[in-house]
Amino acid sequence: MTPKIELTGVHKAFGPKVVLDGIDLSVARGESVVVIGGSGTGKSVMLKCILGLLRPETGSIKVDGEEIAGMGAKDRDRIMKKFGMLFQGGALFDSLKVWENVAFGLIQGQRMERNKARDIAIEKLAQVGLAASTGDLFPAELSGGMQKRVSLARAIATNPEIIFFDEPTTGLDPIMADVINDLIVKCCKEVGATALSITHDMASARKISDRIAMLYKGRLIWVGPAKDIDHSGNEYVDQFIHGRAVGPITMELRA
Amino acid sequence: MISFLATVGRVFLAFLAHVGRMSAFTAMAVSHTVRPPFYPRLILRSVIEIGYFSLPVVGLTAVFTGMVLALQSYSGFSRFAAEGAVATVVVLSVTRELAPVLAGLMVAGRIGASMAAEIGTMRVTEQIDALTTLSTNPFKYLVAPRILAGTLMLPFLVLVADIIGVFGGYIVGVYKLGFNSATYIARTWEFLEPLDVISGLTKAAVFGFLITLMGCYNGYYSKGGAQGVGAATTNAVVSAAIMILVFNYIITAMFFGK
Repeated sequence: MTPKIELTGVHKAFGPKVVLDGIDLSVARGESVVVIGGSGTGKSVMLKCILGLLRPETGSIKVDGEEIAGMGAKDRDRIMKKFGMLFQGGALFDSLKVWENVAFGLIQGQRMERNKARDIAIEKLAQVGLAASTGDLFPAELSGGMQKRVSLARAIATNPEIIFFDEPTTGLDPIMADVINDLIVKCCKEVGATALSITHDMASARKISDRIAMLYKGRLIWVGPAKDIDHSGNEYVDQFIHGRAVGPITMELRA
Repeated sequence: MISFLATVGRVFLAFLAHVGRMSAFTAMAVSHTVRPPFYPRLILRSVIEIGYFSLPVVGLTAVFTGMVLALQSYSGFSRFAAEGAVATVVVLSVTRELAPVLAGLMVAGRIGASMAAEIGTMRVTEQIDALTTLSTNPFKYLVAPRILAGTLMLPFLVLVADIIGVFGGYIVGVYKLGFNSATYIARTWEFLEPLDVISGLTKAAVFGFLITLMGCYNGYYSKGGAQGVGAATTNAVVSAAIMILVFNYIITAMFFGK
C-alpha cells in the first residue's frame, strides 16, 4: 500500500548549518506518527519542508505517492487542500473573528458561501468543546488553551486527509495539555486523518502516536511503535524520554 | 587587504541579493494584483484605511502648507513688487509638488509603518505560513489588495490635498494679506493647466505604489520577533520616503524636464 507521506534522503541546510541530514520516514494511511527531539534538532524544518514552506536541497517528499518537492504552484494548491495544520503558537489571524478563522480554509480555499462556512465553523468549534458564542470573539480575547482549541478546529475544518501538529501542547498546563491530546486523538479518528506531529512533550507523544521517531542532529536515530519507546535500547532515546541532563546528548552551551 | 576585499565583496553580494529579492517581490506583487482571484472585501478595507482614515492628516498638512506658502511667497515676492503672483505660486507649487510629496510622506509614515508592522507580526507569529497551509496565497491575500488600494487612493488624497492646500492659501491671501477674493480666485485659475494637476496625480499613484510595496516587502521579510518587526517598520518608512524623493525628481523630469 502506498504510504500517505514518504520522505527519502531529505537534506536541508541553512548556509553551513546542516539541519536535516538525510531523513527517511514513512507514514501509512490513517497512522499517527510523532517525531520527538530536542529544541533545534530540525523538527519544525522537517514539517515545513513537507508543507512546502521550505524547499529541501536534495531528497524526495511524496504525498500519496506523488512527488511534492519542487512541485508547481497549481499542483501544490491541490496537495495543500489535503493538509490541515495546527501551529505551535496557534497562528490565528487576529484581525478575524474566531469563526472566520475556523472557516478560513472553507471560504478562501474552497470558495464556500460565508453562511454555510459559518455553520460548519460553529460545528467544528463544538467538536473541540467551544460554545457557539466563542465564534464571535476575537483570538486576543481567548486564553492560550482556547486558542489552541480554535486552531485545532481550524485544522480539521476542511476535513483534511493529513493533519500536522507542531508542538500542540507547548505552553499549556498539564490538564489542558491532556485535554488537547484527547481532542487530537478524537478529531483525527472522526475525520479519519493521517497525523504527523512534532513535540518534545513525552506525555503528548505517548498519547497521540501509533509510532514515534526520534530526530537528533538532523537524522532519525530511532523509529518504532509508541509502546516500545521505553524499551528502545537506544541510549539517546532513553536519555530524552527520561529528561536526563547526563547522557550522550549534550547541550551546546556557549560561554 | 584580502579581508578588506572580502568584506567589500560580501557587502556587494548582499546588496545584489537584496535588489534581486526586492525585484522578485515587486514582480510577484504586480502579477498577483492583476490576476484573479481578487479579494474585494480586503481591497475595500485597505481603500478605507488608506483613503478615508488618512484624510485628516493629509488635509491638515495641505491646509497649513498652503497657508505658509501664501505667507512666504507674499513676503518674498513683495521685495520685487510681485505680490500678485502669490495665488499662482500657491496653486502651481501645491498641485505639482507639495501636495503629492507631503501627502506621500505623511501616508508613508502612517500607512507604510502600519502595513510593515501588521504583516511583520503575521510573519513572526506564523500567520503567513498558516495562510499558505489554508490554500491561500499570501501575495494575493495580503500584498495585492494593499498595493491596489495604495495606488488608487493616493491620487484621491492628493486631489483633496490640492483643493485644501489652495484653499489654505486663499484664506491667508484674502483674510490676512488683503487680496480681493475674486481676483485671488481668478489668478489661481489663470495659469493653472491640466498637466499641473495630472503630473501631481501621476506622482501620487507612483508614491502610493511605492509606499505600500515597501510596507508589504519589509513586513513580509521581517524576522526575529518584536525587534525584527520594529526594524521592518523603520525600514518601510525610511525606504518609502527616500523612494518618494527620488521618484519625485524622475517624474518631474519626465513631465517638465524639457
